[in-house]
Amino acid sequence: MTADILTVLWKERKGLFRVQGGRSRALLTMLLPVIMIAIILPVQMGRDYLTGAWPLVASLVIPVLLVGMTIPESFAGERERNTLPTLLASRLPDRAILFGKWALGVGYGFAMTLLVLLVSLITVNILHWEGQIMFYRANMAWAHVCVGLLMSGLIASLGVLVSLRSATVQGAQQALMSIILVPLMLLQVVPMLLLSVISNGRDLLRQLISINFTHFALITVGILAALNVGFLVAAMARFKRARLILD
Amino acid sequence: MTTMAIRTENLTRDFASVRALDGLSIEVASGEIFGFLGPNGAGKTTTINLLLGLLEPTAGRAEVLGFDTRAQADQVRERVGALLEHTGLYEQLSAEDNLEFYGRVWRMPRAEREARIQELLTHIGLWDRRKERVGKWSKGMKQKLALTRAMFHRPRLVFLDEPTAGLDVMAAVAVREDLAALAAREGVTVFLTTHNMAEAEKLCQEVAVIRKGQLVATGSPDSLRARMGGPRLEIVGRNFGESALALLRARPEVAAAEAHNAHLTIDLRQETDTAPLVGMLVSAGVQVEEVRRGKASLEEVFVTLMEEEK
Repeated sequence: MTADILTVLWKERKGLFRVQGGRSRALLTMLLPVIMIAIILPVQMGRDYLTGAWPLVASLVIPVLLVGMTIPESFAGERERNTLPTLLASRLPDRAILFGKWALGVGYGFAMTLLVLLVSLITVNILHWEGQIMFYRANMAWAHVCVGLLMSGLIASLGVLVSLRSATVQGAQQALMSIILVPLMLLQVVPMLLLSVISNGRDLLRQLISINFTHFALITVGILAALNVGFLVAAMARFKRARLILD
Repeated sequence: MTTMAIRTENLTRDFASVRALDGLSIEVASGEIFGFLGPNGAGKTTTINLLLGLLEPTAGRAEVLGFDTRAQADQVRERVGALLEHTGLYEQLSAEDNLEFYGRVWRMPRAEREARIQELLTHIGLWDRRKERVGKWSKGMKQKLALTRAMFHRPRLVFLDEPTAGLDVMAAVAVREDLAALAAREGVTVFLTTHNMAEAEKLCQEVAVIRKGQLVATGSPDSLRARMGGPRLEIVGRNFGESALALLRARPEVAAAEAHNAHLTIDLRQETDTAPLVGMLVSAGVQVEEVRRGKASLEEVFVTLMEEEK
């Protein structure tokens, strides 16, 4: 099974930067958010970047942007280019095809998140040198890494599920981005609702904001992990050769 | 004893209220090229999907290489190759990478993969272009590569779904030649669907004809021709007037006589001495240049079968 997953991963990696508009466009798309978050922001903020919430934002945003753009290709791309029936007619097990495509999304998102965290660290240390090497706060560093990994997994599993159901890559991209936008909108709307609708909403909001960082990180990691598993199980249930060959 | 590569019994598949395949029972012997003929929408692709275990039958059963396609679909797919309706090639990858991927899929060792890529690409004349992206290739070249991919892992059975459809004459001839050469060289059983009768006639030892999901005839191309069309006389010449045709049609051994430009086709009811017929035509003023004995082509047999069903 592992060898089969690696085979699918090999093919997916080969095709990663060779879709829609060529390699240079794909590389530029990949590098723009990296330059923005890993170089421009650290240059402007200096040491505050390492101690503030920005690296956590990077761990959330980088997978959304990069995995969100590539993972819709996974099945919708195969379907659009008529390569899916031949892949399904091969000896590859269902799980190998599914996990191979998912693993590329996770690996790509996580690797790019680590790269951004590393480049940010180097940028701050070079341009804002304070006589000794500066690091992220220890308790935050693991949170950045965990959130980056789980967020990559979440977008990859959600993306694979959406891609399995979509006829075209464009359709899959639009559907995925619409789904991702829902929690972001909720994050804006819920605090306002708490303040305006619920009588003791201000107190509730204050309690939420004052929550201990470790607790907050643990809750976030727990929610992301649960969503990861949920979407992956849904994708496994959706992957049926007989259904895919007729879609 | 002949071993069977494929055996279906009353194989049936419905899509909602539409019966795409209706009680198909066929046998394909190991090592032969079997032609599965039918017009568009006859159920050819559905049959391939059922035999590959990609679809489950509504009724009946099928065995491929001794494995039940419903219960042992994984074992079936482990042992076969397929070139389906589309080439299935990754156009953003090179020819070499396309074959490399499917070599890895079938767990061929690296050295064997490399040797096989060189052997097959050289055989089809595309070795020098192995690094090029397949998306830049002509349709004929892609089809040749896809054919090579289907046979790459040395399967015992290959499914080919209309491998020359949409190709120009030269490309179709090239693909057909490669198919015949590869099949002979690899000793592989080929299940070939096509609606090109000339292709079936040239390549296939056995054929089955389906229409609207139902089997309407099966046998070797020769036996079908013999069954559906009797002996035939073809005459090239001039002055095929109505009086000469009327004389011919009045003869008891003549089933039909049709003239078209410089060709006269006479369908005979049975094998008979044709010299008196030719002599009668000459007496009636026909200038005979050439006389050929023949049989109905597979295409004519096919058309007859389709019309009979109507």
